[in-house]
Amino acid sequence: MDTKELQKIANQIRIDIIEMTYEAQSGHPGGSLSAADILTVLYFHEMRVDPNNPRWEDRDRLVMSKGHATPVWYAALAEKGFIPREEIKTFRKINSRLQGHPNMNDTPGVDMTTGSLGQGLSAANGMAIAGKLDNKDYRVYVILGDGECQEGQIWEAAMTAAHYKLDNLTAILDHNGLQIDGPNKDIMNIEPIEDKWKAFGWHTIRIDGHNIGQIINAIEEAKTTKGKPTIIIADTIKGKGVSFMENQVGWHGTAPNKEQMEKAITELKERGERIG
Amino acid sequence: MDKIATRDAYGKTLLELGSQNNNIVVLDADLSKSTKTNEFAKAYPERFFDMGISEQDMIGTAAGLATCGKIPFASSFAVFATGRAYDQIRDSICYPNLNVKIAATHAGLTVGEDGATHQALEDISLMRSLPNMTVITPADGTSAKALIKLAAEHKGPVYIRLGRPSVPVIYQDTQQFQIGKGIKLKEGKHISIIAAGIMVSKALEAADALQKEGITAEVIDIHTIKPIDKDLIIDTARKTGRVITCEEHNIYGGLGSAVCEVLSENYPVRVKRIGVKDTFGESGTPDELLKKYGLTSEDIVMAARELL
Repeated sequence: MDTKELQKIANQIRIDIIEMTYEAQSGHPGGSLSAADILTVLYFHEMRVDPNNPRWEDRDRLVMSKGHATPVWYAALAEKGFIPREEIKTFRKINSRLQGHPNMNDTPGVDMTTGSLGQGLSAANGMAIAGKLDNKDYRVYVILGDGECQEGQIWEAAMTAAHYKLDNLTAILDHNGLQIDGPNKDIMNIEPIEDKWKAFGWHTIRIDGHNIGQIINAIEEAKTTKGKPTIIIADTIKGKGVSFMENQVGWHGTAPNKEQMEKAITELKERGERIG
Repeated sequence: MDKIATRDAYGKTLLELGSQNNNIVVLDADLSKSTKTNEFAKAYPERFFDMGISEQDMIGTAAGLATCGKIPFASSFAVFATGRAYDQIRDSICYPNLNVKIAATHAGLTVGEDGATHQALEDISLMRSLPNMTVITPADGTSAKALIKLAAEHKGPVYIRLGRPSVPVIYQDTQQFQIGKGIKLKEGKHISIIAAGIMVSKALEAADALQKEGITAEVIDIHTIKPIDKDLIIDTARKTGRVITCEEHNIYGGLGSAVCEVLSENYPVRVKRIGVKDTFGESGTPDELLKKYGLTSEDIVMAARELL
């Protein structure tokens, strides 16, 4: 799939994020929009998965450690065919398979239950260790939030991945700079984030997290890096793609009203047309 | 009477399990000599993971391994295995109902000299309030061995509570165990003593002492606190009308609470709870601590006299 097509998919995923959070009148659009390009590349360019056999043993795994970003994940899973398109309208509603935070037993394609921040990297490590024990060639991807890196367990897990040389694991940090209470640097500074991961024994790559080509190349570099895990620090914009949501702390966990939803979708559709 | 620590039984059982099933993996948090997982580490180094002093990461890693068909035994002292990693056990193991076994040694007062920070007196309470979790507290080495094997076969999260010091062997090797089914060790008609863990042998001693006074006590080992054997508890209460619970745990939230829940909903009788009375422990030898905090066979005998 060429870059243009991937951009189109990412744009459609962004439209779905807006519709999903509007329908639910709940959810997390900001940190979902920021990760849309990353998930697009993973599901439509990189990951070996089978929507007809979501628990296929040899599949690549994805752990959404920043578990609140379910809108982007469910949108990608629907686009890929894991869940029926119309089902995304049930997001966060009673009796739905699409819980507010991901549950592996509810949603096909969800490889790990997350929601309480800081836990996903440990689980991804466990999957990567199992892959090595079983001589499987699947890869494990984990999406981390930047605010989430304030959790101590992330650094416990960072040590583990380096100690056990988990080169079948790639972490992607959605580095959008904002958390619920404000900018990371004001709430609890995580910088210099790249130096920290380096110091913990990881191979680090820094990219523009909205540049499809850079995401593809970084994932490729991670795959060829042996003897250590790789983290791709993807500089992103929270709320990316919707002008009034971009870089706004307030859109972390707020759903758009009808007017905002319509404005956002009009913008995104125009964007889609510009991609061609 | 022979004595063996339940943690020693754990170490030996892991070796057996490791030879039978390649999917058994063991994790520890820098306590492998104390938890006895070091024997497994020697025999199956490729399936042993020392996670260092990071219980939260250990539990999360175990969860990830379980999603790929492994049967992880995550091991540490009870106080760290539960309290330190509670949120990880809740969200990464119990909510997705993953096949992780948490083997917690050094539970209760009998850790001894390390004092209050190392004496888990609330672990049963924490673990039994988590949906999908099975909670097992073996009374001796024989039952520990059998129940750990059953835990390995059970699909889903299991918490296994083990102790540091050697405790008397109660069961013959031929004894059959079933998760969720208690064992009546002694028939009686005047009073029921329902115990778990190391308090089972104290309950048996108390029953012998009471017999000399002409009081016959029914002694029951509730080795599985969750799911609890409701039928056995109701039956014995119906028979004797008086119940004493005994546990090396806070009286709140553990075996005593679980038995009271069953009885108050089904067959209310008077209950006296032997346990630590909502306080932290302190440094001392295990026997000194059991005495100071009211967990001896004499304490059980006194409770029986009060009830009769």
